[in-house]
Amino acid sequence: MANFYSDNTALKHHLHHPLMRRIVELRERSFTDAEKYDYAPFDYEDAMDSYEQTLEIAGEVIGDVIAPNAEEVDHTGPTLANNRVSYAPGTQENMKAATQAGLMGLSMPRRFGGLNFPMTAFIMASDMVARADAGFCTIWALQDCAETIYEFGSEEQRAKFIPRMCAGETMSMDLTEPDAGSDLQSVMLKATPDEANGCWRLNGVKRFITNGDSDIHLVLARSEEGTKDGRGLSMFIYDKRDGGVNVRRIENKMGIKGSPTCELTFKNAPAQLCGDRRLGLIKYVMSLMNGARLGIMAQGVGISEAAYREALSYAKDRKQFGKAIIEFPAVYEMVANIKAKLDASRAVLYETSRFVDMYKVLEDIQKERALTAEEKEELKKYKRLADAYTPLGKAFTTEYANQNAYDCIQIHGGSGFMKDYACERLYRDARITNIYEGTTQLQVVAAIRHVLTGTYLTQMKEYQAVEVGAELEPLKARLAPLVEVCERLVQSVAATKDQEYIDFQSRRLMDCTGHITLSYLLLLDAARNADFRASAEVYAAIAESEVKKIEEFITGFDAKRLEYYR
Amino acid sequence: MGLKIIVLAKQVPDTRNVGKDAMKEDGTVNRAALPAIFNPEDLNALEQALQLKDRYEGSTVTLLTMGPPRAADIIREGLFRGADGGYLLTDRVFAGADTLATSYALSMAIRKIGKFDLIISGRQAIDGDTAQVGPQVAEKLGLSQITYAEEIRSAENGKICVKRRLEHGIEVVEGKLPILVTVNGSAPSCRPRNAKLLQRYKYAKTASEKQAAAESQTPVFGNRGVEIAEWSAAYVDADPQQCGLSGSPTKVKKIENIVFQAKESKTFDDSDAQIEGLIVELINNHTIG
Repeated sequence: MANFYSDNTALKHHLHHPLMRRIVELRERSFTDAEKYDYAPFDYEDAMDSYEQTLEIAGEVIGDVIAPNAEEVDHTGPTLANNRVSYAPGTQENMKAATQAGLMGLSMPRRFGGLNFPMTAFIMASDMVARADAGFCTIWALQDCAETIYEFGSEEQRAKFIPRMCAGETMSMDLTEPDAGSDLQSVMLKATPDEANGCWRLNGVKRFITNGDSDIHLVLARSEEGTKDGRGLSMFIYDKRDGGVNVRRIENKMGIKGSPTCELTFKNAPAQLCGDRRLGLIKYVMSLMNGARLGIMAQGVGISEAAYREALSYAKDRKQFGKAIIEFPAVYEMVANIKAKLDASRAVLYETSRFVDMYKVLEDIQKERALTAEEKEELKKYKRLADAYTPLGKAFTTEYANQNAYDCIQIHGGSGFMKDYACERLYRDARITNIYEGTTQLQVVAAIRHVLTGTYLTQMKEYQAVEVGAELEPLKARLAPLVEVCERLVQSVAATKDQEYIDFQSRRLMDCTGHITLSYLLLLDAARNADFRASAEVYAAIAESEVKKIEEFITGFDAKRLEYYR
Repeated sequence: MGLKIIVLAKQVPDTRNVGKDAMKEDGTVNRAALPAIFNPEDLNALEQALQLKDRYEGSTVTLLTMGPPRAADIIREGLFRGADGGYLLTDRVFAGADTLATSYALSMAIRKIGKFDLIISGRQAIDGDTAQVGPQVAEKLGLSQITYAEEIRSAENGKICVKRRLEHGIEVVEGKLPILVTVNGSAPSCRPRNAKLLQRYKYAKTASEKQAAAESQTPVFGNRGVEIAEWSAAYVDADPQQCGLSGSPTKVKKIENIVFQAKESKTFDDSDAQIEGLIVELINNHTIG
């Protein structure tokens, strides 16, 4: 009986960000679809109203179906029989409800059965799904694989597969192998052309494949015999209806237990090449991963949201020493910190999703017509920002999901250690988020380039220039010196030109950058909506102390001491 | 062969989440404090209709509701969930109707709709809890009826097969079409509203709603927004004397607030002495006798 959209006013706040008007107008090509489809929006207000009402439907399905199923799904999990996966009954019910509600393929074009929603609206649905059941969120969010088929597949492939996904078929991305995890260049699954049948044949093993028995697989495989690096890899689409892929086992995991993580064997499985040969890893997987990372960010935020609610409600209910434990500073500080990290996570999630929306829509328009000089500049800017914010945001939201789930248990005390409360599930589910789709350590590798070249610093200065009103000026004034510290630290580390030393300090530099970026985002949220004031203040205090800690470490560190760590 | 299905639905105050302000001081329902919702068992009925539509190609599901103008929301919600259309029976003459007057009005509207194979309604509404309207409509139209349905198993070749949920078990019965079926809350819950249908039908409005929108200059694109038929008593040839308050023999004498007092339970075994003791106790406290 809960609606996960309407009971969370932060979502509406982020949906109505000023940049949305530009995103929606571009996405809807000045609302030309309205002539062709009786369900396409005819102006900005109509589009926003549809997003909101659809998110309300999603919120209802998530609150009434997915959330109540979460515990049972966590206990039952998927099962394997005759090399095929069956979802837990609750998962099946979730999938059916999401499909009936028309939520599959939200962001796909109308001509393929989608609703052409911006990524931001789709991500908002993922945020809510993850709050209800982070495990189901993986199956749900994999619908974003269709984005890759849309971007890089042929028109024929789009027309074949995207409508099926919109009708409720599931997807997976088969990348990892026993010897190729973070290092995907080592993928060995072999693709050989089968000219007689006009297809490719896949042979080999994939491991740790989320939702591995899906209907439509994107498979990374080695198409160029004799190659050893990423340039010999291509992307393939495998259709389960064709047969040839078996599930050997379902992993027994610590968390997201409702989501089947599979080991797959490919035996002469027929597949189609998606896009061009040799671009599988270097272009398509990079794009696919960026989309997936945004999805994981949403998952992290959803888990933080759930953790915050569980923590707050327990802290208000639980009485010790004659009063509710939330009355004690030790507890209310923890709750406030969870809230601040949650709000900061959500701020960076939607900032990133808007950047992604902007560059993706411009890229899509580019397929139809030449962009104006102005649009080209915009595309460049937002692509760069999306590229920078995705790893930073993924690192922060998922680390915070873990911290928040940890503190949520702490607030529950001994009860939190028992299986009786949802917080233990959140804690287990959170643990994968900062590992899969690239560990936090790999997000640092992706983010550090932008740290060193000033992408974030430039953006911080743009935030600094925004009017926030007299009341928030003092808070803004506290952030400016942090930017200076960050700039100084980046310069001092970069100046050493010692790659190993830079690598050693890069996590700290990214953290420093992230704390300040998130502080600014919360400041801007508070300027638009007073509900975020407390979190902006609490988070700024965290940022100040963290930045100083990092400053202390880096400035006081002698590169010679690296040897003690080796 | 497609089925022509009419679903009877009612907009009701959401009495499932009654707060302190649910009743006014004079003992009447404070409708402002209770959100108006689609009667839950009517949603079960709608789902049965939609499942038949999924199964028998060419079938149509039409909603019929009686209520104030804002009950057009019920038709819209039905459209969002997959119904094909709907009629809003609205007229001041219908105000204050009891179950007899309601079923009269509905039956007249159904006659106006014309040919149908199946009428499906919820067992009862959560505001009145009478479970009378469905059966009364069947009586007025001279139709057979199957109550307490949990699953309509088939409706083909002029026959319907229904699983009924009764107090002590289930019963599977057959009947001849056309027929009226009332559906139990234990039947599958209704499918969610659908995002695409919502966008298609969110501007579906009654003539009076369209007029209000035009006055407030709400922009509507082209011919977006099908019209929801709004029928008056005169339009369905209903005799005003049999409608609303004047057509309602039920008179509310008094409304009392009942406070349930939780008491400890008692256990009796099946010995004669224990049962006699229980009977004596129940007679003494006027529960029986």
